[in-house]
Amino acid sequence: MKAQGHVFKYGDNIDTDIIIPARYLNTADSKELAAHCMEPVDEDFYKNAQAGDIMVGGLNFGCGSSREHAPIAIKACGISCVIAKSFARIFYRNAINIGLAIMECPEAAEEIEAGDEVSVDFETGIITDITKHKQYKAMPFPAFIDNIIKQGGLLHALK
Amino acid sequence: MSMTMTQKILAAHAGLDEVKPGQLIEAKLDMVLGNDITSPVAINEFEKAGFEEVFDKSKISLVMDHFTPNKDIKAAQQCKQTRTFARKFDIDNFFDVGNVGIEHALLPELGLVAAGDCIIGADSHTCTYGALGAFSTGVGSTDMAAGMATGKAWFKVPSAIKVELTGTLQPYVSGKDVILHLIGEIGVDGALYQSLEFAGEGVKSLSMDDRLCISNMAIEAGAKNGIFPVDEITKNYMYGRVNRAYQIFEADEDAVYERTISIDLSQLKPTVAFPHLPENTKTIDEVGNVKIDQVVIGSCTNGRLEDMRTAAQILKGKKVARDVRCIVIPATQSIYKECIKQGYLDIFIDAGCAVSTPTCGPCLGGYMGILAEHERCVATTNRNFIGRMGHNLSEVYLANPAVAAASAITGRISDPKEVM
Repeated sequence: MKAQGHVFKYGDNIDTDIIIPARYLNTADSKELAAHCMEPVDEDFYKNAQAGDIMVGGLNFGCGSSREHAPIAIKACGISCVIAKSFARIFYRNAINIGLAIMECPEAAEEIEAGDEVSVDFETGIITDITKHKQYKAMPFPAFIDNIIKQGGLLHALK
Repeated sequence: MSMTMTQKILAAHAGLDEVKPGQLIEAKLDMVLGNDITSPVAINEFEKAGFEEVFDKSKISLVMDHFTPNKDIKAAQQCKQTRTFARKFDIDNFFDVGNVGIEHALLPELGLVAAGDCIIGADSHTCTYGALGAFSTGVGSTDMAAGMATGKAWFKVPSAIKVELTGTLQPYVSGKDVILHLIGEIGVDGALYQSLEFAGEGVKSLSMDDRLCISNMAIEAGAKNGIFPVDEITKNYMYGRVNRAYQIFEADEDAVYERTISIDLSQLKPTVAFPHLPENTKTIDEVGNVKIDQVVIGSCTNGRLEDMRTAAQILKGKKVARDVRCIVIPATQSIYKECIKQGYLDIFIDAGCAVSTPTCGPCLGGYMGILAEHERCVATTNRNFIGRMGHNLSEVYLANPAVAAASAITGRISDPKEVM
């Protein structure tokens, strides 16, 4: 599986209150959540994001609350993959469990710039910055987690 | 064999003699928790996957605490969905308006969580129960759904940071200052994927409320859990609350820690985390002149009886400053009743505070104390992220209850000694 799209880039410690402010958590509807995704720092993100686009963050991406609404909102905006220097652990679990692709790759997260066209190969972990003609290799998932993703999420893997 | 306390609990719940950091295991769960925000997502997933039974109706807690009493129609719908699920599966521990308290104050108070347990909760502050000597961690709704169905969860065994405590706390310094100091030292990702294991002779000087507050904010350093050894204080707290056998685990003498951090409790000062990260800490003598508009005293971090007592001692006979709103929220109904009995509620109301029924409301900017543009709040809560308590251009300063109460009186962030 591959993802390809344009990059939205954010900094370190992007917390779940930025990804989806708690005042909107009175619904579990993914489209409603998507409409407020990244609102505190990038009000137009929802309007500008196209299906397949890629989000790039810095250290500790997704820190804070355990709200699964955060990866749900990002996914519902059409984002095909989040690349970051590191992920907060609950966000990491949640993204895997709902089937939002995430890649930990400090070098790619540092060098890729907003607006770059990037492709990600999930099988090999190869991240290609098409704009800059540069390739990176992300850390692969352990087999156990890879199985959850291949089965389409945790609950499918359990059944 | 050399394991940390966390590793020992995980090994026991996975049916293994030994586990090593990085190992993936499947562990049996003693409690699965959800609230009115995370449970609906879990219930949707549970139903979508076609599960028809829960693993154990006595080991699931559904706590309607975040947006209750219902803040709006959508919040009411979410509670209704959770209530319907709880009744359908005859869930023993369903807490609704009237008997609800803030989940992480309520579960320990009722003895639903105990030493040696393995607990997951669809709320990041589930790490609170580490104070009782349990392994307890926050997860998302899908993990909660899987936990409700199977009674199990997968974990990557964490390595650990040892936090060696010595000395005793000074007046007006509390567990909140210990954890804010630690987060200031190691940063908001300083313990990412790791356990924080508290140890040392300083532990015995910390009350249960202090320990619950410290473990509560382990997540704010990125930690998977924050755990305390079990001593007489823990046993006394559990006595009369926990009516089942519990197990005490101890770290091996030769357990391996990635690093050790030493904190002399007697050297700590009241500590304030400035916007917009809990790691942006300053001691009270460094804060300068920060004028405030609101104070919130409450939450799963600092809404317990000792917190209320501290705030009452400072507010007694005093008045909240003009143009400052001070909101006090005892975390559970039993704390609320004790505040009435002890006369704290009279003190708060006479000082000009608003006192609320238990709710998480303002902490996460849900309702009950939303900030306007450029407003500042001193809060005893746990996060000061951008827009956490309202407008994106509002600010939250995290502090202990003594600093919060003193600041309510002066109208700026203040050392409690200034008003006492």
